[in-house]
Amino acid sequence: MILGEFIINTLSLGSMYALVALGLVFVYGILKLVNFAYGEYVMVGGYTLYVLGTFTPVPWLAVMIIAVLMAAATSYLTELVAFRPVRTKSLDAMLVTSFAVSVLLQNAVLLLVSPRSRAVPLPAIFSQSVAIFGVVTPMRNVLTIVTAVLLLTGLTLLMKYTVLGIAMRAAADKFTTTRLMGVPANLVISVAFIISGFLAGVVSVFWVGRSASVDPLIGFTPLLIAFIATVIGGMNSLVGAVVGGFAYGLLFNALSILLPASLISYRDAFMFAIVILFLLLKPEGLIRGNYTEERVG
Amino acid sequence: MSGVQMILGRIKAQAVAWILAAALLLVAIVMNLFASGVLIDIYTYFCLNLLLVLGLQMFMGNSGILNWTYVGFVGIGAYASSILSTAPAVKDMGVPNMYPALVALQLPILPALLVGGLVAALVAAIIAWPLMRLSNAVGVITLFATLIVMHVILTQWDNVTNGPRTFFGVQYYTTMWIAAGAAAAVLLMALWFKESSLGLRLRASRDDRHAAKAVGINVVAVRYFSFVTSSFIGGLGGGLWAHYITSFSPKSFYMGEAFLLITMLVIGGAGSISGATLGAAIVTIMRELLRQLEGYLNNSGVIAFDVYGLTEVAVALLMITILIWRPGGIVGGQELSWPLWRRRDNSAEGE
Repeated sequence: MILGEFIINTLSLGSMYALVALGLVFVYGILKLVNFAYGEYVMVGGYTLYVLGTFTPVPWLAVMIIAVLMAAATSYLTELVAFRPVRTKSLDAMLVTSFAVSVLLQNAVLLLVSPRSRAVPLPAIFSQSVAIFGVVTPMRNVLTIVTAVLLLTGLTLLMKYTVLGIAMRAAADKFTTTRLMGVPANLVISVAFIISGFLAGVVSVFWVGRSASVDPLIGFTPLLIAFIATVIGGMNSLVGAVVGGFAYGLLFNALSILLPASLISYRDAFMFAIVILFLLLKPEGLIRGNYTEERVG
Repeated sequence: MSGVQMILGRIKAQAVAWILAAALLLVAIVMNLFASGVLIDIYTYFCLNLLLVLGLQMFMGNSGILNWTYVGFVGIGAYASSILSTAPAVKDMGVPNMYPALVALQLPILPALLVGGLVAALVAAIIAWPLMRLSNAVGVITLFATLIVMHVILTQWDNVTNGPRTFFGVQYYTTMWIAAGAAAAVLLMALWFKESSLGLRLRASRDDRHAAKAVGINVVAVRYFSFVTSSFIGGLGGGLWAHYITSFSPKSFYMGEAFLLITMLVIGGAGSISGATLGAAIVTIMRELLRQLEGYLNNSGVIAFDVYGLTEVAVALLMITILIWRPGGIVGGQELSWPLWRRRDNSAEGE
């Protein structure tokens, strides 16, 4: 019984984290940019839920779809305005830009909405419980798993069987050569950002679905999780991100149970210490992508 | 470029640093004679920020590695020196859970500051070797993760730091004179470091890691010693900062402050000392003006709601604009040299 609960919790947490990590890696794979603004796309999705859900009579399903689209649009917009002009310059310029974009979006919400957290009204389906194989679990856990499976299947099909998907995989492999083959760089990068933002939007629905509130710093935790998961799974492969997401979910749940109460407040430190160890011992991650040098000496 | 010209160029670059250092002290004298308390406070704060930015520049500017952890070492220096310099009675009251051995410990302020820097350098020396082997995205994420680990420890280890609560009762020590003097000294040191053999090798590893290795530079070792040096300056600066602010919490040594320091460095130009100085000046002035504006807007009731975050929005916008316009920063990779307009002659190199 407890084991069943543990498995469902881990699966649902893991599938959410897999989506979070996948969104980050989509951009990283092609641009080699660790996008610090990624968490802010989740935040934009969350605030869209709050504003539309509280102040307008729009039905819930529509609100969620609009939130996902808003996150994707924000991601595209940041690419267009901030990342494209510095893309050809140095990697560091791009990294610092992404952090500046993150600070900008966060404080814009602070300025325009409120520094305090806001309650988000949720449809009843998020709080209902359901029994599966004799295990009682919140409906949202099941929804998370189902959504993740659908999305991952869809993305796999997209990447494997469409011209766009093949072009994107090629770009992640050897960007220059791909351009020489006639693939427009701007298109591939824009699509990567849109998919990244789309995934962040989906994550925002389930993230807010868990806490039922949204605040300007809500994007920080998803960003960190994406970092950890991609590092564990492997920065250079999409499959690695998904595996890393599930591994992180498992690690998180296991640490929450196994750590003694006096050390539980250090859980984040433990998580990051594990990440650092992982990077040092196995910098290519669980799933090895294509070779890129990451270590000196 | 002939050897004579190279030597001349070096003297010129040094001259700029000496002029900047002299200017720091000169402004302090002028402030002391004519300015009011608020201006003196702002200038002291600027000098402390400048000192911290220069410490950051030593490693980040010369190695090209985005150094997130720096602000964590500033925090370690601040806490270590404050714990040592504060009287036992004050600590007993302010930090109820502190280890008795630490409560009893007290040093005069100057040695305490020095120990603060040394503790920061020691921590850096212990953790940095493996970190310095990483480059690119993995390196950035690792340093970022290290800052988070440091922050978690600072907020949770309440036997030492008073946890997330404010650590108060630190003696006021850093006057404008001390801040300006220390900033000027660090400015000269940063220049000396950049031109030293270690700094030269570090810059070579930044510009082309493989070529540097090919000529026999041990990239990891060079990065390691520079990182420890930079953390030592950060720790010292943190101590001076703590003895100016007199009460602080772990929040002061996290993302916000890290972003501010990196902004100062990147806006002016991470590769040069004049750039770091210019960046610190621009950001400090902008922040103070915007703070005034924010305060005015909040108090006057011109608009119905409270204004938060305006400063950060503006600083972030400035940063993005400058990165698009000049990704190397305003000054770029080279030092400003005198006369300014002659720089155009050799514009083929650098950037």
